[in-house]
Formats: sequence, structure tokens, C-alpha cells
Amino acid sequence: MTWPLLVRKSLRQHALSTAVTAASIALASGLWLAVWVLQEQSQRAFTSVDSGFDAVLGARGSKLQLVLNAVFHLEASPGNVAWADYLEIKTNPAVALAVPLAVGDNYRGHRIVGTVPEMFTGVELSPGRKFEIEPDGRCFESGFREALVGSFVARQLNLKPGDQFRPQHGLEAGDQHEHEETYVVTGVLKPSNTPADRVIWIPLEGLQNMAGHDPDAATDVSAVLVALRSPTAGFALDRHYNKDGARLTFAWPVGKTVAQLFDKVGWFAQVLRLTAALVALVALAAVLASIYNSMHARRRDIAILRALGARRATVFGAVVAEAGVITALGVVAGLAVYAIIISVAAAMIRERTGVVLEPFAFSAVFLWAPPLMIFFGALAGLAPAFKAYRTDVAANLAPES
Amino acid sequence: MPLLTIKDLRKSFTAPDGGRVELLRVNAFALDAGAQCALRGESGSGKTTFLHLIAGILQADSGSIQLGGTELTGLSEARRDRLRAESIGYIFQSFNLLQGFTCLENVLLGMSFGPGTDRAAARTLLERVGLGHRLDYYPRQLSIGQQQRVAVARALASRPRLVLADEPTGNLDARHADEALALIRAACQEAGAALLLVSHDARTLAAFEDVRDFAALNHPADPEVRV
Repeated sequence: MTWPLLVRKSLRQHALSTAVTAASIALASGLWLAVWVLQEQSQRAFTSVDSGFDAVLGARGSKLQLVLNAVFHLEASPGNVAWADYLEIKTNPAVALAVPLAVGDNYRGHRIVGTVPEMFTGVELSPGRKFEIEPDGRCFESGFREALVGSFVARQLNLKPGDQFRPQHGLEAGDQHEHEETYVVTGVLKPSNTPADRVIWIPLEGLQNMAGHDPDAATDVSAVLVALRSPTAGFALDRHYNKDGARLTFAWPVGKTVAQLFDKVGWFAQVLRLTAALVALVALAAVLASIYNSMHARRRDIAILRALGARRATVFGAVVAEAGVITALGVVAGLAVYAIIISVAAAMIRERTGVVLEPFAFSAVFLWAPPLMIFFGALAGLAPAFKAYRTDVAANLAPES
Repeated sequence: MPLLTIKDLRKSFTAPDGGRVELLRVNAFALDAGAQCALRGESGSGKTTFLHLIAGILQADSGSIQLGGTELTGLSEARRDRLRAESIGYIFQSFNLLQGFTCLENVLLGMSFGPGTDRAAARTLLERVGLGHRLDYYPRQLSIGQQQRVAVARALASRPRLVLADEPTGNLDARHADEALALIRAACQEAGAALLLVSHDARTLAAFEDVRDFAALNHPADPEVRV
């Protein structure tokens, strides 16, 4: 019972410094876990987003930009695709479904994307899962000024079936020109946890023919989302568009293309991890400093314990255990810090990209990071423990007679 | 049969100038099992050092200390710690109770490094010294006399063969000193433990039949003669 009693009493006697030190460990471990899981989850979520498509066909340029624009509704479109090119890929035997997209307008900062109703009827986001519309609505009809609103947009702008709005030119909110056409909301998508939730969907020709848009590009589309009949079909199309052709870009597979983004910003993730590790190091130094500084005041207690028969190894072990327990308390509290950081970050990512993270899903980091922190915490206790080990018993049992 | 036998014991310390100064040279000392002996000596005469050597807290330069047939001076520090935990109880002038621990926990600590904790026995000991109603009190919540009684209970917690008491009444007024001394002597007698008490207080010393003069026992080398 000696070690637990000694540790418990010491923590209680130095409650303030214990609390402050554990809090710094909590911040450090929470930050560390959050950075790690965020990087891991966002990479997984972005590279495996359930868009329902295998590839994107777009203007010649960056595959990454093409995918970010057509699948995640981020960035600007790299250019246009002629209607004939859309028809060509649509009729390719290797293609199961080709859905054209047209972008260029927004409503109060939320992108308006022109497409065809098949986007919501023919696409399987994942096996057995399709887009669904809230019961009191329906999809827009081609040729009509109607709109199907993503769940996130509907919630943000409080849009419901029957509401009307006038699109604004450009991809972002601002002082841009407001189009004359008025659109009626016919339905709201049920949350799909995909970037589609952040978009206002209208008929393709509505966006192509919007007053003020270039009449010469009225039949062009911004990109074509492509679902392949078999995974291997992508090789032939990749060769056809990317190697043999020079006008268009075929971004395939979508996940691999997005992975390039993480390759490019990999250094940033490393910086974040390094920062988190440095914060953890500072917190561990705080454990060392707080216990080490208290050793002077504890000399008498240590001497008394030794006089009662405690071995040097016993007091040494008690101090190391104390450092480990303080760190463990901090790590447990760090889970709450982690929950706060990851929840806020996941909400921000969902708001800005539509990509849904699973902040509380299991990650291997939970298996190794907390024990590692506790191990290093105990290690930080070695210096004060050595000081306790070397305490001069006779000198600290004064007064002498 | 003596419980404690000391022969040719030497202990010196490093002086501020770096030289070695002999503080203790006891040629012979013996204490029988269950006996009670008081050592008379002035402050600074080396009595505490003598007790620390017997308790194994300090290591002798040379000589022999035998406790119950075990030679202390040849033991490693860890073995001396164990012997102290199992066989020696220590009562200090300033009580040296651990302030963050309750009365019961202080007594339990007195057991934990030796025979192991026994809450019932710890309670019984505190009841024996009249503190059965103060088990969960902290030392600061007790009077000086009560604190010394906790120290007595703690010293006897490991059922020691020898209790060393270093000026145990030095911080007490006359009434409390008499009570504490009577308690220490009675408790040691009941537990069958020998008692070696050091003091410079005539009133305390007068209570003992066996009183020895520490100055007559200790003959350190002349301080001017560096060892």
C-alpha cells in the first residue's frame, strides 16, 4: 500500500501544482491527439469521399483542381468542356454514367451548380445508398427555373420548397451582379454527408443560359463526373485523354488525385505534429520542474520515511510513480481537450467542405500515444526522484542532540 | 544475553576545511533485550549520531554494532533499511510526524516498510496511547502531547526489538513530558522492546534506573587531531 498512499498524499499536499501541471499535460496530449487524428481522418475522408463517381473529365490542367472543383465544390473550374466531348464520354461503352456540371454562380455565398436530374436518381454514393430528398420536395425538372437545395445550405439560408431566390454571378458572395432569373426551390436534399450538401442544384441549361453568361459557351459544361462500368476501364480512358489527347484532363481515380493534395501539404502536417510534440515536451518539462522544485520542501518527509525503514529505491519509485500519475491524470483530461478540439475542427471542415469526419472513431493513436505520454511523464520524474534518492537522512532529521 | 552490543565504534565527519573530524568513539556498550536505559549527555555531544549509527541511518567508519546477533556494520544500506524497518522503532524530539498523513496513516507507515500494514493493529496502538478517537486527525489538528503519543504508537508499529528515543520529551512541558515518558516506558515494556533513550533533562533521566553518562562512553579523538 505504500506507493499508492505516498503518491496520493503527495498529490493532495501539492494539489495546486498537480492541477496546473496536469492541465498543461491535458492541453498537450489533447492537442497531440487532435492533430494526429485530424490529419488521419481528413486524409481518409477526403480520399474516400462518397461522391458516387470514379473520375472527372475537365479542361486541360491540374487534376487536383479539377477534382476539388467538381467533387468538393472548392476552387475555380480550370476551364470548359465542349458538349461534344460530354456526349463522347457519355456514350463510351466503358462509362456507366456521365453527369455534366456547370458552375459560375452563387446565392449568398453558396455555390449554384447546374446539372441533370440523373445526378440524384442514377448515382449510388456507396453500394445501396443514393441521394434522398426530404418528403415535402422533389428534384428540379430540366428546362425549368427550379432548384434542389443541399441540406447544409437549406439549414444555413433557411430555404424550403416554394422559396424563391435570384442567383448572383461568381463563385463567392460579394457585390457581384444579381441575375434577373428567379428560381423556385422544389426540394431539399436529405443530409448525405458529402460535399453535395453545400450546393444549390439547378438544371444544367439554367446555368448555361443565365443572362449575362457568355452565349458562345452556352453548350459547354465545366466538368463531367464519370462512373465507370469496371475499375480497370479507367486505364483506357486515362490513356485516351491524358496521354494520347491534349485538350482535356481525365482525373482518375478521384481518391488518388485527392491524395496528391495531402502529399503537397504533407510538410504542413509534419509542422503541426512537430508543434504538438514540442508542446508535449514543454508540458513534460513542467512535470519535471514542479516535482523537482518541491523536493527541497520534501526533504524532511523523505528523511522521516527513510528513518522508518523506507529504502532509497522506495522513495525513488514513489517520485517516479507520482510523475507518471500526474501525467496520466493530464492524459485523461486531455481526452476532453481532444474532444473539444476535434469537434470544433470537424464542424469547421464540414461547414467549409461538406466532408464529414468521424471525430470519435477509433484510431491507433489512442493505443500508443497515452501510454507513451505516461512513460515520458514518468521519465521526467527521474531527475527529482534521483534528488529524493540522494536525500541525506541524518541531516534532515534535525534537530540533533 | 545482550540485544545490542557495540564495540570500538568510530564515526568521523568532514569538517568545513575538508579535513576529517572524529565525533564518536565508543569502545563498548551493551543493552539487554527488554531493558530500559537512558544516556545522559549535553546537546551536540554526539548522542543523535550514536542513535543514527545504531539505527543504521549512518554507516560507521569502523567497529561493530550487533543487534540480536546481526552485525549491522557489514550490511548493505538496503539490508540496514530493512533491519531498521523490522527491528527498530525511533522516537524523535520533534516527533517527525508526516504532516500530510492522518494519525492512522502515520502509524501504518511505521509498519509498511517492515512487517506490513495491519489497520486493526494500528488502531489498537492508537487506542493504547489514548488516541482511538483521533484516528483520522492530521498532526496539525493535535496538541503537542498528542503528537508525541502518535510518534510513540508509530515507533512501536513494527513490533520492534529496540526503541531509540532521541530527547523525546525535549519539546514538552513538564506535565506532558512525564506523561509521554511514562507512556513510552510502559508501551515498550508491554511490547517487550528494549528502550534506549538519550536526554540531557535531569527530570527525564531521573525516571530511569539505568542511566549512563554518554561523555564517559564517548571518547573521540582531540578535535585538533585530524583523523
